Amino acid sequence: MKIGVFVCHCGSNIEGTVDTAAVAAAAREFPGVAFATDTMYTCSEPGQEEIVNAIKEHQLDGVVVASCTPRMHEQTFRRTVERAGLNRYLFEMANIREHVSWIGKDREANTNKATELVRMAASKLLHNRPLLSKQFDINKRVLIIGGGVAGIQAALDCAEGGLEVILVEKTTTIGGKMAKLDKTFPTVDCSCCILGPRMVDVAQHPNITLYAYSEIEEVSGYVGNFEVKVKKKATYVDWDKCTGCGICMTKCPSKKATDFFNEGIGKTTAINIPFPQAIPKKAKIDANFCMKLQKGKCGICAKVCPSGCIDFTQQDEFVTEKVGAIVAATGFDLFDWTVYGEYGGGRYPDVITSLQYERMLSASGPTGGHIKRPSDGKEPKNVVFIQCVGSRDKSVGRPYCTGFCCMYTAKQAILTKDHLPEAQTYVFYMDIRATGKNYDEFTRRAMEEYNAKYIRGRVSMIYPKGDSLLVRGADTLMGTQVEVDADLVVLAVGADSSAGAAGLAEKLRISYDSYGFYMEGHPKLKPVETNTAGVYLAGCCQGPKDIPSSVAQGSAAASKVLGLFSKDKLASDPQVSVVDIKRCIGCGKCIKTCPFGAIKEIDFRGMKKAEVIETVCQGCGICTSTCPQGAAQLQHFTDNQILSEVNALCQF
Amino acid sequence: MSVSLTYAYYPGCSSTGTSIEYDMSSRAICAALDITLTDVPNWSCCGSTPAHTVDHTLSSALSARNLCQVASMGLTAAVTPCPSCLSNLKTAQHRMKNDSFREKVSKLLDKPADITVETKSVLQILVEDYGIEKIKAKVTKPLTGLIVAAYYGCIMNRPAEIMNFDDREHPMAMDNIMTALGATVVPFPLKVECCGASFGIPRKDVVMRLSGKLLDTAKEMGAMALVTACPLCQMNLDMRQEQINSANGSKHHMPIFYFTQLMGLAFGLSEKELGIDKLCVNPRSVINALGMEGDSKEKSQ
Amino acid sequence: MNVINLTSSCNSDFVRQVEEESGQQLSLCYQCGKCTAGCPYTTEYDIPVSQIMRLTQAGQKELVLKSKSLWLCATCESCTARCPNKIDVARIMDVLRHMARREGYGGVKTVKTFWDSFLHSVQKNGRVFEVGLLANYISHTGRFWTDMGLGPMMLPKGKIHLKPSAMQGKEEVAKIFRRYTEESSK
Repeated sequence: MKIGVFVCHCGSNIEGTVDTAAVAAAAREFPGVAFATDTMYTCSEPGQEEIVNAIKEHQLDGVVVASCTPRMHEQTFRRTVERAGLNRYLFEMANIREHVSWIGKDREANTNKATELVRMAASKLLHNRPLLSKQFDINKRVLIIGGGVAGIQAALDCAEGGLEVILVEKTTTIGGKMAKLDKTFPTVDCSCCILGPRMVDVAQHPNITLYAYSEIEEVSGYVGNFEVKVKKKATYVDWDKCTGCGICMTKCPSKKATDFFNEGIGKTTAINIPFPQAIPKKAKIDANFCMKLQKGKCGICAKVCPSGCIDFTQQDEFVTEKVGAIVAATGFDLFDWTVYGEYGGGRYPDVITSLQYERMLSASGPTGGHIKRPSDGKEPKNVVFIQCVGSRDKSVGRPYCTGFCCMYTAKQAILTKDHLPEAQTYVFYMDIRATGKNYDEFTRRAMEEYNAKYIRGRVSMIYPKGDSLLVRGADTLMGTQVEVDADLVVLAVGADSSAGAAGLAEKLRISYDSYGFYMEGHPKLKPVETNTAGVYLAGCCQGPKDIPSSVAQGSAAASKVLGLFSKDKLASDPQVSVVDIKRCIGCGKCIKTCPFGAIKEIDFRGMKKAEVIETVCQGCGICTSTCPQGAAQLQHFTDNQILSEVNALCQF
Repeated sequence: MSVSLTYAYYPGCSSTGTSIEYDMSSRAICAALDITLTDVPNWSCCGSTPAHTVDHTLSSALSARNLCQVASMGLTAAVTPCPSCLSNLKTAQHRMKNDSFREKVSKLLDKPADITVETKSVLQILVEDYGIEKIKAKVTKPLTGLIVAAYYGCIMNRPAEIMNFDDREHPMAMDNIMTALGATVVPFPLKVECCGASFGIPRKDVVMRLSGKLLDTAKEMGAMALVTACPLCQMNLDMRQEQINSANGSKHHMPIFYFTQLMGLAFGLSEKELGIDKLCVNPRSVINALGMEGDSKEKSQ
Repeated sequence: MNVINLTSSCNSDFVRQVEEESGQQLSLCYQCGKCTAGCPYTTEYDIPVSQIMRLTQAGQKELVLKSKSLWLCATCESCTARCPNKIDVARIMDVLRHMARREGYGGVKTVKTFWDSFLHSVQKNGRVFEVGLLANYISHTGRFWTDMGLGPMMLPKGKIHLKPSAMQGKEEVAKIFRRYTEESSK
């Protein structure tokens, strides 16, 4: 083999602390190396041309580039060597930037380490074999998990693009958090009025299949060919027959069920349709509160239902869907603010969350759009808003800024004045984060036109004093402790990752950060991709964001799916495991340890053998370390290839 | 069947004087509950607030001497009624986890500092080691009709990382004990607000303001009496209640009990051994309202 | 108000020393004011605790160490317990007090005298002897009327004594103070 080595300066990124010329000079002495040089920017057009020319001029049949991480440019250089007529796997990359020049300042030590990395790469390359990928068919259906505004946008865009869409929503209706909001900032338009038509579009679109009150049970397969098991949770109502007339709700005698849609402001009936514009508009029985399901007595809903759809024996059902791509749009949940004992920890009825306040402001909410104190139903005079509750607070493990609370608090201060012109609002804030279009103007309007009194400081304590609540905070601009007699306190509670986010991530084989938010493929350049091919993200599951950003991500994820499905076939990755049938003793250990179910047992002339299903194998390599015979070998990472690297490093 | 609990007992300086009734009642109820308290031999002052305002090494050394005394008793757990002593002992132990700090402290001592002893308050062992249910079972004269506010003071639970007991904002240990004794507990919002601490002498005005607010709030909530677990809090609220009244123009006559005294009364112990007569604000009318007319000996006198 | 020149007046040794002695990182403070919001003593302070933190961050040694606030903090831990950045603010106040003492700032005389009298009593008796402490305090402050009214109430109840309690081993305590003085003069 004749190997060419190209050591990149990366401007001063590498050359600053690595003597690249010395690395190239040392490389010329390595076995198989026929040519070595250092270049300014190997990834640039002239840099790539240099490689192509060298391959031709020196009849090279393998190339090593020592530069940055393969995550940046491995694809680039594989295409470069391919252009010069070599197989793309006769190429190796040595990472001398992230692993060397960026992490050490000692030029001599760095140069030595870079040289060793190049020695390892060249040594492995001597054992590399050409590999060819295969083409496989793709299933052009897409699964979207989560029916909030991001999921709705992704579903509609994909459906409009001609794809068949499966939309899975864990509650009984789509709409997500946005459906709970009264108005949206900075335009103060009715949230349900703008979202409602989109929800109807979902219901009516011929390309969209909606599974509401359903969850993802299992995901298998790979990009282009996923198989997803969906659990349709028992609602005790036959939705094929239910017309959403709501008679059952008017007659149900169990009226103390938790009202999840209204965030626990008030109670609801055990059989329930969450709100008038629900999609699908179907009833569900809350088994925890249903007298028939709990005690075997009642059954009134079944008696009054005109379509006879009540079914107390209903069980969870499972359906399997085959799709080629998945979009996770699972949203967020509110931080559990009751850890703040100084704010009452949930003991004071007139200290409520911002989302509870939205339900109170909403005309379709439990108070019919009237602002009333939960304790006594009185209209409040002084309403205090406290920002950053569960945001920017290391002491409760939430150091991040939720990002949209400043805006909705300004909106709620404005709406408070609209509803109760006599009311006075106070907003305790730390910084006002209003970076969107027309956002800062909006917060200014809250102060200038709606007389919201903004106080820069956190609140240390809330406690009842007579009929009202004493809010003790600081005004750091005045440099003093301040107190406000409040009738109602609204906490701008920050966003947490959605309950169950981590479990779903594990099923989807995508990564998540320490707060449970899903990791994007690249913080700038792959905002809606994940590191698992064929799985995309939209909305707050990736991190807290406002409605415009969630919608933008929904569309972005849809465009990624449409792009993926614009091809008829996908190329398989040949870096998969292969079982050498002559060495295999049919012990079956690899079948047991493979996390992807990619190895099956076959009969070969009456003998048991293992065989890898190429399209299912993810190239993790677990089988290769399990196999007692060394029969399972991961292509491009065979035992021989890895040992040659070890030998190159451990010469002395 | 019960495993008897045994602790080294660190009374703290105030137990010999200003909070003598706390010491008496703590010993009395522990005896009644079969909890053995063995006095730490030759215990000395923990240094209290003044020591830590001067130097952390000095402060820790004053505490560490007492921890050494406990270790020499062969006991692994020490208990004190006073949250200020406890805070000092625990803070010293916490800081001495740092080796170089411990060495500095040891230089001031005759023998190297010991950090292995477990330290707790009397309140803590009662709720954590003994248990509310067992306390309830000991009640012979329930405090039915008594309405109290439980006041914990600022350092019984804070900082949470060091004190490691109950809730830092909304402690419930005393509330739960009082409920078990049959008393009614009002939700007192200023459970952990400072009473003015050791400023009684140098800045009395501060104590008048802060303790006055506690009394006002307790009264507003409908409490007949306050119940405390801290000698300094009790002293500010009880001994200085008349001063507070004249400074603030208030007319409080609110008995300030140690929780141990009320436990003793509910267990049927005599007022004498609980030091009820040591309280400055006379609790007679409140106790009488419970149908306890005082010790028979007193009555006969 | 004075103009503070941040480049010339920032005493970074002071900042470093406060951090070292308190074990706290001052840059963690983002000035939310929650410490001031909950401070029961803020009405007595000349500078609220959040601004003590700010001035300390800015290395304004003189302004900080001469503040009366340092002497009026009761270490009630409200600030520490509620700080969103988990800064032990009360400990920083403690450390600033130590520094003020070392640098000879008078502070609030009554408070300082009371603390000194208290420790003097412990040094002498091993435990606090209240009457002796009060006598010492009065002789240093001239505040003869301090709590005199309480004596007649407390004496008969046996809650104050005219003699210190006899404690064996009080010389061990005195030794702690002596070694402390020796060590800190090294």
